[in-house]
Amino acid sequence: MNHYHRFDCIIVGAGGSGLMAALESSRRVGTAVVSKLYPPRSHTGAAQGGIAAALANLEEDSWENHAYDTIKGGDFLVDQTAAEILCREAVEGIYELEHMGLPFDRTAAGRISQRRFGGHTRPNPKYDPNAAPGTDAAKPRIPVMRSCHSADRTGHMILQTLYQQCIKQGVTFFDEFHMVDLILEDGECRGIVAIEIATGQLHVFHAKSVLLATGGFGRIFKVSSNAYALTGDGPAIAYRHGLPLEDMEFYQFHPTGIYKLGILLSEACRGDGGIMFNKDGERFMERYAPNLKDLASRDVCSRSIYQEVRAGRGINGKDYVYLDIRAETMNKYKSSPLHPGQDVDSAWVEKRLPDIIEFARTYLGVDPIREPMPIQPTAHYAMGGLPTDVEGRVLRDVSGTPVPGLYSAGESACVSVHGANRLGTNSLVDLVVYGRRAGRAMADYAAARSFAPLPSHPETKAREQIDALLSRPRTEPWAKIRDEMQVTMMENCGVFRTEETLTKARDEIAALKARYRQLGIQDKGSVFNTNLLEVLELGNLLETAEATVAAALARRESRGAHSREDFPDRNDHDFFKHSLVYSHNENQTSVVYKDVDVIYVEKHGERVPKYPLEVRKY
Amino acid sequence: MDISKIDHTARELTVRIRRYDPERDDEPRWQEYKVSADPMDRVLDVLLAIKWNQDETLGLRRSCAHGVCGSDAMRINNVNRLACKTLVRTLSGDTMTVEPILGLPVIKDLIVDMKPFFDHYKSVMPYLVNDDPPPTTERLQSPEERARFDDTTKCILCACCTTACPPFWGNQRYVGPASIVNAHRFIFDSRDQAAAERLDILNDAEGVWRCRTVFNCSTACPREIHVTKAIQEVKHAMLTGSLESDRPSQTGHGGD
Ligand SMILES: Cc1cc2nc3c(=O)[nH]c(=O)nc-3n(C[C@H](O)[C@H](O)[C@H](O)COP(=O)(O)OP(=O)(O)OC[C@H]3O[C@@H](n4cnc5c(N)ncnc54)[C@H](O)[C@@H]3O)c2cc1C
Ligand code: FES
Repeated sequence: MNHYHRFDCIIVGAGGSGLMAALESSRRVGTAVVSKLYPPRSHTGAAQGGIAAALANLEEDSWENHAYDTIKGGDFLVDQTAAEILCREAVEGIYELEHMGLPFDRTAAGRISQRRFGGHTRPNPKYDPNAAPGTDAAKPRIPVMRSCHSADRTGHMILQTLYQQCIKQGVTFFDEFHMVDLILEDGECRGIVAIEIATGQLHVFHAKSVLLATGGFGRIFKVSSNAYALTGDGPAIAYRHGLPLEDMEFYQFHPTGIYKLGILLSEACRGDGGIMFNKDGERFMERYAPNLKDLASRDVCSRSIYQEVRAGRGINGKDYVYLDIRAETMNKYKSSPLHPGQDVDSAWVEKRLPDIIEFARTYLGVDPIREPMPIQPTAHYAMGGLPTDVEGRVLRDVSGTPVPGLYSAGESACVSVHGANRLGTNSLVDLVVYGRRAGRAMADYAAARSFAPLPSHPETKAREQIDALLSRPRTEPWAKIRDEMQVTMMENCGVFRTEETLTKARDEIAALKARYRQLGIQDKGSVFNTNLLEVLELGNLLETAEATVAAALARRESRGAHSREDFPDRNDHDFFKHSLVYSHNENQTSVVYKDVDVIYVEKHGERVPKYPLEVRKY
Repeated sequence: MDISKIDHTARELTVRIRRYDPERDDEPRWQEYKVSADPMDRVLDVLLAIKWNQDETLGLRRSCAHGVCGSDAMRINNVNRLACKTLVRTLSGDTMTVEPILGLPVIKDLIVDMKPFFDHYKSVMPYLVNDDPPPTTERLQSPEERARFDDTTKCILCACCTTACPPFWGNQRYVGPASIVNAHRFIFDSRDQAAAERLDILNDAEGVWRCRTVFNCSTACPREIHVTKAIQEVKHAMLTGSLESDRPSQTGHGGD
């Protein structure tokens, strides 16, 4: 066939993780990046607040502190070796980004500037276990400046810098090519099938190793910070091929999305001193997290907002609260990083959070320099995804058997360093550390072997699926199915869940999938058929929604971002485990569990866990 | 401000869209749609409402929907803007016209071929060059040195500036404002060592001297980058052979 390409490595996705992998693998073997968006359009560019690494540029810190926070932040469902690798390699990863040209903000001494973020702490040097409760000395840990930043556009700078380096290095790109299928033969991955969007033609990419770096799937929910393009394509296609998805029940709602729109207002707002208030003007986080208050982890803050709203303390009795970043508020509560030494002024706030301020002015009609911003939790980040090991290899079962030739990194993967709840700034560092590791591993794998043959006509299945969509009459607007999915996921599988709501969500998703199978579309053309692409993406969203609900139903406990009102406590006895969801034919799923990776150390001649389980309090 | 006081009274709009489907049309044509829009809606919301509810064949690009990815540059009421960053309430009248940006070949409807744009971008060495072995930690850079090129780091490669530029409309071999902005970002970075090479590239017949200081680019930039000022700084560096900031910009070009 005409549209046949052959590369040692194919990387699907040009966000931070895909580009990081491409820089690594293209140094070693023939590599091409296939992306449905032009690389600088990837959603990594929307990341705002920063990237974590214990550089200790402004305060004492260590990668061990970072690892502890990451494990605790994930409510202990974090694979500990993977977390330690993340936090150790974060430091050199940040320096490498700087050497590539990333324009970090600088300290007065010319070093990379760092800011506070939720859940990132260090031991309190003044800690006294006998101190009176509520005093500073009573806090075992205090916030630390660990997030390396470039104003509130850190993701933009990372994405641009990596893309620039790819241009410098001459990496091959297939821009606006949309992957529609994986080629799996004899249990191993041998390539992908993609639509060239400009022509509608199918292309076959033959490869020795393939990396799925397709990002998240926040568009399963009605209110989301995610781009339209974040539709879980990589995980959904693998899931359809019978591969499992890990920890799908853990979906993070970020506490501060713009009311109704879901556009993110970075946690850097609170890291820099912003505070959330209810309708009574009360700083309600003091009640829910007496130590870290507004800098508690995201799951805790999002639940607190919902509880305020339920108690009738939302603004105007509605379903939102205020986020206040006015200098006068920070000065009143002495909440900025310059306090207690110094007060802040509006110019300081504008310099630290320029984009946030502009978003509020544009989309809310509110000027955050003068007034607080209406916010509500917004669907933000998938802790779950394709199970991988620390080399990025995709695993097919509970015993960790890899799928030869198939890799994943970034938000589409689950290593798992985020466990049940990711800390802010830990995704960008995950892209850098695990994107790089996956890029190296897939290149080494490819270098050591020759191309395995492709099945004849590997594009047939995709061709048939597309032809069916083009030839069927249009029964209903496809967008109706999407809207109904987003509503049921938001209402029944959102911040709080119960057996009843989840069962409802499961049945509704199944019904939507049945309608989806009847769907026809209006645009029958070949050139840039966005109608077709959106419908294919909806199919992927429905798969990830199904897996999310299945895993959430099966986990009868509350942990991290997964809050079961009918099982409000964490249950380590039964659920200190990762879930794996498999799909069997149309709507059948099964859930199995695998152990969490725990590090043991010798203490007083005994083998004890290095990070003992504790009740998570902030 | 209490957001419950914001006016959400629906506006009845006629949306005129410049359409072209290479598989069906010989020539671009106008098509009109009637929609009811909330003044707080983005133009992108209006276009997607048309696409999802009235006419699925409408072609446009979009991704982030809040002005950071650069996908949806288009001409809205004759001005280049991002559809996702333009609110209905900021547009006057009850007719809205939407067309593809000018100067790049139209593929379908509002979608243009971005390849020539990215080729220009790639031609100016848009990456840091520094051949010294890096230190074991970060290279140092003072906050002042960092501030020197801050404005041009904001570019999202949406092409609003380049496709608002009359010299570019007249001659598509001109590298265009966006490329110069991205060269500026490195030329004035204290860590970079390839300023001379970039200035050389831009000193070409199709380089900065094509700029006629029309200021359309600065007005069009959705990131509010002072595009004309950046171009002037590059010209100044070429003329003086110096990157010192005896900046022509500071003598004031109103409106930028
Ligand atoms: C608004 C916002 C702010 C954030 N802020 C922070 C922060 O401050 N710090 C932090 O650590 N994290 C932050 N995050 C999280 C973090 O930015 C993301 O998790 C991360 O950028 C994901 O990167 P990625 O490489 O996995 O995927 P993405 O950057 O999303 O890229 C996905 C890529 O896959 C491609 N793709 C997808 N499907 C296909 C297909 N079918 N065929 C071909 N290509 C395909 C796309 O074209 C794209 O190039 C934020 C997230 C959001 C939404
Ligand atoms: S959709 Fe991203 S800039 Fe408009």
